[in-house]
Amino acid sequence: MEQPPRRTRNRAVWWVVGVMLLIPIVIPLIVPIYARQEPELFGFPFYYWYQFLWILIAATLTSIAYLLASRQERRDRETGDGRRGGASR
Amino acid sequence: MTDIDWVALSVFMFFFLLVTVLGFLAARWRAGVDLESLDEWGLGGRGFGTFIAWFLIGGDLYTAYTFIAVPALLYAGNVIGFFAVPYTIVIYPLVFIFLPRLWSVSHRHGYVTPADFVNGRYGHRGLSLAVALTGILATMPYIALQLVGIQVVLEVMGIGGGEDASLLERDLPLFIAFAVLAAYTYSSGLRAPALIAFVKDTLIYIVIIVAVIYLPLKLGGWGEIFGAAEEQFAAANDPAVGTIPPGALHWAYASLALGSALALFMYPHSITGVLSTKSRNVIRRNAALLPAYSFLLGLLALLGFVAVAADVQVDNPQLAIPALFEQEFPGWFAGMAFAAIAIGALVPAAIMSIAAANLWTRNVYKAFLNPAATHAEEARQSKLVSLVVKFGALAFILGLPTEFAINLQLLGGVWILQTFPAIVFGLYTRWFHRWALFVGWAVGMAYGTWTAYQVDFSAVAPVPGTETVGYIALTAFVLNVAVAVVMTVVLRAANVAEGTDQTVPEDYRAESGDEGVDELPQPV
Repeated sequence: MEQPPRRTRNRAVWWVVGVMLLIPIVIPLIVPIYARQEPELFGFPFYYWYQFLWILIAATLTSIAYLLASRQERRDRETGDGRRGGASR
Repeated sequence: MTDIDWVALSVFMFFFLLVTVLGFLAARWRAGVDLESLDEWGLGGRGFGTFIAWFLIGGDLYTAYTFIAVPALLYAGNVIGFFAVPYTIVIYPLVFIFLPRLWSVSHRHGYVTPADFVNGRYGHRGLSLAVALTGILATMPYIALQLVGIQVVLEVMGIGGGEDASLLERDLPLFIAFAVLAAYTYSSGLRAPALIAFVKDTLIYIVIIVAVIYLPLKLGGWGEIFGAAEEQFAAANDPAVGTIPPGALHWAYASLALGSALALFMYPHSITGVLSTKSRNVIRRNAALLPAYSFLLGLLALLGFVAVAADVQVDNPQLAIPALFEQEFPGWFAGMAFAAIAIGALVPAAIMSIAAANLWTRNVYKAFLNPAATHAEEARQSKLVSLVVKFGALAFILGLPTEFAINLQLLGGVWILQTFPAIVFGLYTRWFHRWALFVGWAVGMAYGTWTAYQVDFSAVAPVPGTETVGYIALTAFVLNVAVAVVMTVVLRAANVAEGTDQTVPEDYRAESGDEGVDELPQPV
């Protein structure tokens, strides 16, 4: 009886992990968003401080993905059904 | 500039001797039973945890050449030179996604190189050989460029440089540095660069952080620095020179970042670093921690503008950063910076030569020349080849113009990306036909090489059928994948043999502690 909800939740966790990783791959490559001078910050043109900011955002998102993924894999291992789905990442 | 700064030179020598001693001592550091196998010599016993792996992989990817070339691009006003930053942002989520799978399958089957995996997955020695030779070919000029990194610091310090110096006088210091490196890599294997990476990265972090705090204070702040750079570049009156890319170069910027990110972990030395870790979790954790280096690289890149603002005058932009340190800092600190760059060349050069040697040993020597080779014979072969590779690179840089090595390294990036479908797609699916991957690889290599030649070895070229310019490697990659897809459909319809797959789906998720992972399996 409890199988379907757990499967659904597992899948949701891997979805979140996927999105957490996809954002820092896609957004920094959309150059038109940030190829501009203004607004400046501490003398840095927007173009430069925006990209530095994304290093931090990307590191944060990857850390969240790491925590979610390792917790989920541990849980999968304990329940013994980690052979399916998301653990394939 | 040819006067020798003895303080700087002494500090430099001190650090160089320190890493030499460490390099030889490394043989005994965390050593396994014996060094006579590739798992020990070539992968450091496959036991590095998060902390060591962070230094090792960081030391491996952010090379001396990066530290010289990236700020040199900005110093010269190359408007897309800052692509190194989005490149290193994009790379770590990619690492997180696919490298744990490569780690798992490699541990289950005792694979040492990416070409080992390709052979196991597709049962196709030709495809495996193509991957191995591409790896060796792309790595050689990369090693040669590390020598350029050492050469420029030696030149700024006033030793070895100078137009009128005799051949022996000019090249002897470089030769000695490389001979020492070759000796301790030979005896300690991957443990040597792993241990030296601690010194290298500590020095680099100190030097860069001091520089980016101190120099702007001295020069009137970042606003002044950017202003000075903009003013100087505006005088060039060229859309390719400036601080922010114009619309026409947006795709060039993005495709360079994406293409380089996809290519980086196809390089044999990056995979060697990853396979030396002790668990797949170490890889993921590092994907979250390694961006610290990206931040450092971004700051370092900006030193190119700092050099402009500080009115550093050099003919060769690659001398800009060493010249900046020499001009703005006391001798002892400049010596530290030079040591950081030179050691920054030794770490990746060691790992690259080990990785290239492993490819040779596993995928040429063992696959074709001596299939019965024992572990000890493999290790011996690899050690010897690592020497050949290093001295080959040295002969290359001493005998041919530097320009040639730079062009070849650029081609190396184009080439190595063409192995991506066979390796990474293979981690997820056996849908692609092995011959289709082979043909796709060949087409990508041919197109990329020809196009790069046509545009005189610029990294970017017009994308066929469009108005825009993009990174040649990425265009070739798209072509490669398209060919592989079409050929797969054709070959399958024609019922051409698919080859045997040694792996099973569980292999790609195995974690250390799982059955067949902890005790090292016999290499196939």
